[in-house]
Amino acid sequence: MSNTSHSPATKSTPDSAFGRFLRATEIDPRLLGMVGALLLIWVIFHLYGAILLDGGTFLTPRNLWNLSVQTASIGIMATGMVLVIITRNIDLSVGSIVGVVGMYAGLLQVEWLPPFMGLGHPALWIIAVVFGIVLGALIGALHGTLIAFLSIPSFIVTLGGLLVWRGVAFLASDGRTISPVDPTFALIGGGPYGSVGAMGSWIVCVLACAAVVWMMMQGRAARKRHSFALRPMWAEYTVAAINCGVILIATLVVNSYGWPKGILKDYYATLGQEVPEGAFVAHGFAIPVLILAAVTIAMTILMTRTRFGRYVFAIGGNPEAATLSGINTRAMTVKIFALMGGLAGIAAVIASARLNSATNALGDLDELLVIAAAVVGGTSLAGGVGTISGAIIGALILVSLQTGMVLIGFGDGSYRKIVIGVALVLAVYLDIVYRKRIK
Amino acid sequence: MTNPNKGTPLVELRDISIAFGGIKAVDHVTVDLYPGEVVGLLGHNGAGKSTLIKCLSGAYKADSGDVFINGTRVEINNPRDARAENIETIYQTLALADNLDAASNLFLGREIVNSMGFVDESRMEAETRKIMGRLNPNFRKFNVPVSALSGGQRQSVAIARAVYFNAKILIMDEPTAALGPEETETVSRLIQELKAQGLGIFLIEHDIHNVMKLCDRASVMKNGQLVGTVNVADVTDEDILSMIILGKQPAKAA
Repeated sequence: MSNTSHSPATKSTPDSAFGRFLRATEIDPRLLGMVGALLLIWVIFHLYGAILLDGGTFLTPRNLWNLSVQTASIGIMATGMVLVIITRNIDLSVGSIVGVVGMYAGLLQVEWLPPFMGLGHPALWIIAVVFGIVLGALIGALHGTLIAFLSIPSFIVTLGGLLVWRGVAFLASDGRTISPVDPTFALIGGGPYGSVGAMGSWIVCVLACAAVVWMMMQGRAARKRHSFALRPMWAEYTVAAINCGVILIATLVVNSYGWPKGILKDYYATLGQEVPEGAFVAHGFAIPVLILAAVTIAMTILMTRTRFGRYVFAIGGNPEAATLSGINTRAMTVKIFALMGGLAGIAAVIASARLNSATNALGDLDELLVIAAAVVGGTSLAGGVGTISGAIIGALILVSLQTGMVLIGFGDGSYRKIVIGVALVLAVYLDIVYRKRIK
Repeated sequence: MTNPNKGTPLVELRDISIAFGGIKAVDHVTVDLYPGEVVGLLGHNGAGKSTLIKCLSGAYKADSGDVFINGTRVEINNPRDARAENIETIYQTLALADNLDAASNLFLGREIVNSMGFVDESRMEAETRKIMGRLNPNFRKFNVPVSALSGGQRQSVAIARAVYFNAKILIMDEPTAALGPEETETVSRLIQELKAQGLGIFLIEHDIHNVMKLCDRASVMKNGQLVGTVNVADVTDEDILSMIILGKQPAKAA
């Protein structure tokens, strides 16, 4: 039995060299396609700028660093939306949850707590962050309860939520903008000070590469223990090299984006020094990007390695079978929406920290980008299918389109919306074509 | 009627009733099952067989009546309770999550986890390969979603799920309905093997030949009510058919 192939490929498919490569390395061709589309978008924006404008600005450390920061809050929510959509639900309220959580977290740290704790109290940012995540999770749990126990369709519950929470956010501050937030809290939003610098980024890089290699060795050991077919060693090395290569390139990019002159001047002024000749301080990975990475890893483990993740897929594949297998599908729905709300809470913390204020428009229309990111990333609205990594790439594609249109001078909104709308429909169409072909 | 079995039944469903919106799907039905016995549940579509059995598997909750396992009254409120009593069910629809592979379906709701609480995928696959090697040695598709399997292969996954967890009571709802002759034969052999191991099996079956071949006793239902239970050895297939169609007990068994 041990000589049966571990890969799902059948013998009848013609063996191209590339097909053999994919099979040996077990790389998901859909993921590869999405990465290809992302790179294509990047190159097109860059070439457009290089040929028709003063110069290409897309593939620069500065823009890519900004792109990573802008993707953080959408990407974090997209990982949760994957679970919601896999279980055949939808959450239209995440943008409004961002708004209401951002507003209350802002009021808490700017107006409510400082009279008792003093402005700039070191625990202030921790309280605000925990409060934001808990508030988001509670709102999500409320939605989940209405959906699971009162059998109201998720579309309706969260459409109501979209309106209700946006309204609550406005009433909470009578429409004022709450600013500035706690200085430590603001670091979560990124910016020159909210990044870990060159040394920190190298540490992250080394740890991440070590984790990749360790996980691959664990996987190989498990297969060996049960005498399943192993990937050929060259395939193992190739996959490891690709993963570590991506991490290395990302580190090099964020480490070659230096602080702007104004920030350098401020920085050396606080040290009581003149700015040295040729001073260069690298940004390194922004804190929100590291949060996104941590959330992505945690959600991937949740979906692929835990019972919870199994049950999410099972409910999406066949809700009746899941119930008959003893899975408490109602409790699962509440938990999934609570998780989505909690992730929206994290996104709210990042978004308000980045703006250094809580405004009424915070998170406005985010729900559409988040849903689009999950769907572009291969999550099926029919349920049962979706990946966390796909959703992250989907988020990168959408944010790239959005910021790329601004960079090449179509930033007034209308063109941007048209391009994103077309991209969404096209992505889903390509996915349908792909699925038909593999069947 | 004479019951060849002595002692405490493995399962007794006593005076079960359940109604949906005023329609009595099951109306004061009592059936029992002994270890090492196959009891056929027969009747037209809509006679209440599947509904009755779902009260035992935990999919439905009976409005009234009691369930006894080995003479002890038990509460079965959901599928988890049924599984805790070693009751396994193979549903007519098979109840498989089509997007998951065979191992994930086999262990659905009862995943093997390692010391860190993570699902041990490799071990689950190894166990699946073991049990499938016994039930269906030709089965090779371990790493594809079950939607890509044939009817017979899907059936063998559903059967493997019931057998793997050491069921004492097995409920099979038309297990051969979607199968070809060869696969039907495999299922028949399996039923006899499990029976020899001392399991009690409730078999919902339409094919009268299978009933005559596989079942020790047959309980016939019509319009939610029990027509009667007969020893298959004492009656002809004509007798059973007339019970199903006319709802009358055969003269000699009455």
